[in-house]
Amino acid sequence: MSSPLALDSDARELTGWGRTAPSVSRFVPVRDVAEIQALIAASPPRGVLARGLGRSYGDAAQSGGAIVLDTAAMSGFVLDADAGTLTASAGASLDDILRAIVPAGFFVPVTPGTRMVTVGGAIAADIHGKNHHGAGTFGAHVSSLTLIDGTGSLRTLQPTDPDPSAFWATVGGMGLTGVITEATFDLIPITSSRMSVDTERAKDLDDVMTRMTARDDAYRYTVAWIDSIHPSGRGVLTRGDHAPREALPMKQQSKALDYGPATLATAPKFVPSGLLNNMTVRAFNEAWFRKHPKNEVGDLQSIGNFFHPLDGVQEWNRIYGPRGFVQYQFVVPEGASDVVQRTLATLRSVGAPSFLTVLKRFGEANPAPLSFPQPGWTLAADVPAGIEGLAQALDDIDVMVAEAGGRLYLAKDSRQSPAMFERTYPRLSEWREVRSTLDPHDVFTSDLGRRLGL
Amino acid sequence: MMDALGIPQSVLVLGGGSEIALATVRALPRNRLTRIVLAGRSGDSREAATKGLIEDGFVGVESVDFDAAATSTHAQIIDEIFDAGDVDLVILAFGVLTDQMVLEEDPNLAVEMATTNYTGAISAGLHVARRLRGQGHGALVVLSSVAGDRARRSNFVYGSTKAGLDAFAQGLGDALVGSGAHVLVVRPGMVRTRMTEGLAEAPMTTDPEQVGAAIVVGLRKGKSTIYAPGPLRFVMGAIKALPKPVFRRLPM
Repeated sequence: MSSPLALDSDARELTGWGRTAPSVSRFVPVRDVAEIQALIAASPPRGVLARGLGRSYGDAAQSGGAIVLDTAAMSGFVLDADAGTLTASAGASLDDILRAIVPAGFFVPVTPGTRMVTVGGAIAADIHGKNHHGAGTFGAHVSSLTLIDGTGSLRTLQPTDPDPSAFWATVGGMGLTGVITEATFDLIPITSSRMSVDTERAKDLDDVMTRMTARDDAYRYTVAWIDSIHPSGRGVLTRGDHAPREALPMKQQSKALDYGPATLATAPKFVPSGLLNNMTVRAFNEAWFRKHPKNEVGDLQSIGNFFHPLDGVQEWNRIYGPRGFVQYQFVVPEGASDVVQRTLATLRSVGAPSFLTVLKRFGEANPAPLSFPQPGWTLAADVPAGIEGLAQALDDIDVMVAEAGGRLYLAKDSRQSPAMFERTYPRLSEWREVRSTLDPHDVFTSDLGRRLGL
Repeated sequence: MMDALGIPQSVLVLGGGSEIALATVRALPRNRLTRIVLAGRSGDSREAATKGLIEDGFVGVESVDFDAAATSTHAQIIDEIFDAGDVDLVILAFGVLTDQMVLEEDPNLAVEMATTNYTGAISAGLHVARRLRGQGHGALVVLSSVAGDRARRSNFVYGSTKAGLDAFAQGLGDALVGSGAHVLVVRPGMVRTRMTEGLAEAPMTTDPEQVGAAIVVGLRKGKSTIYAPGPLRFVMGAIKALPKPVFRRLPM
């Protein structure tokens, strides 16, 4: 007889990348559609959720007591070089994909700050990157996806469907409309694996914003790093595009598409809490600011250096110590740029050191009801979870964001209230309606869904 | 769900009139609480607690009939509460304190106290643990007492119920490691409540509000045992180390 307190053999404690608020579920590897359909057919009492590489920061890819699908084995993909498209299984990572397609002269349409994300996760979170102002989100480049819905049916969804609502509810739907099993998306042709990057230091936040507003449109990729501890909010703008082969030194042109991102180090397993404090982050920020040239044009950088600098350190999330950390990312309309300044001031006032503070201007939104990006400023900051007064400070910033007509990114959220969420995602009821047709019995659940009442 | 900063949304109090449990609820960020279930014997203290929370603007306050001594009813009551939605934090707070002299005169009353404080807690604790393990997350706070650390002449029957409860809760916490559920055992010293009204104050006597605040901090830090106030840990360490003849002669 098994005790009701005994653990299942496949019980696994899962958290997001921020390593906060763990829950335990059954973590079950799946290889194909039939296996997933069988698990859904058994209607487990706490539901089912797909998980990729666990890079969402909060509680989106975990579901206490449920069956969480480990999709790592569903990782195949096929390049159609003539059409410039890729068809990938949901568990395929952008890392694996880039290693295969860059040498063939292609790049993914959108990459976030890490390549350790899966295609399924990229669609479910409708991720964005440094090219959002021109290219939009990942979901905007998906021409077709397959989804196992809550009744176990396999559906093919396309943005060109007569009624595309199921497609757009799945894009940004945080895995709660079903299990994405495969997707086809457009690629960008490239002629080298290098990035041509312009770097500018800006003396304060106004300067950063002015420079971004003035010339973002001249670049495919743009982002600014902000010195969150310095009261001026000074920063470094990096903007660029894929370098054409001719831009490379003659000697490198024959190997223009070579690509081999390396991991340089792994963060130590045990880090005391408090390693990242105002003093260490101030020192880091000062060095980071000084390290960048005041003004540099056409610097050739690797894809890894430009897009994924943190992937150089495996498991860098450990440096925040045992209590983990919170990523806070909002978007506010262009006219509410003061919210950015006030947010930085509020975080400084509780002594929340953030060394990965990033500012970007978003372009147009897409039709997905829960997609995060909308035109305006988006700021992302990460702070250790153990800081005294952090809960109240972030609640205060929530109010500013909501009043300005902005909202928070679900893939990073780990602490907003249901009221804040409902207020800032006005198309929630529309999404819920589509969701109830795709998953009439609420099979798909997540801790995020329970926390926000999705 | 507990959020990234350790703030719960739903709380179940077993022993719904408990002043320490209510002080704990009030020490939580109230704008995040969407469901507060006060389970206890119907009566003035539970009604007053429910009313007080509602008047103070807490939302989702429910009161449920629950008798710690009626152990055969526990499964259904606890299951119904969990079936209606996940519970992030359970506070096992029921308990009675009857005067030692009265108990010595009427051992039936001692059995009644043990049934509530110990037997009832085992029953409710196991049912709650089963549900927390099933949902894969959540915390159980068990209100023990320093009286269980070392039995004293003046209240050893009460102390023994708390010693049993404490040992049970420690073991339950160990059993739940890896399940996502967490047990926090709280050992307050003397607390100024209805239960201790009229008793002579011991040194380091505290208020429910201080105990509640300590519980919230302990939960956030993931502690498994706390004393309230904190320094009692060292006092009790010293008291436990005293040789029996010396301890017996202490005026307590």
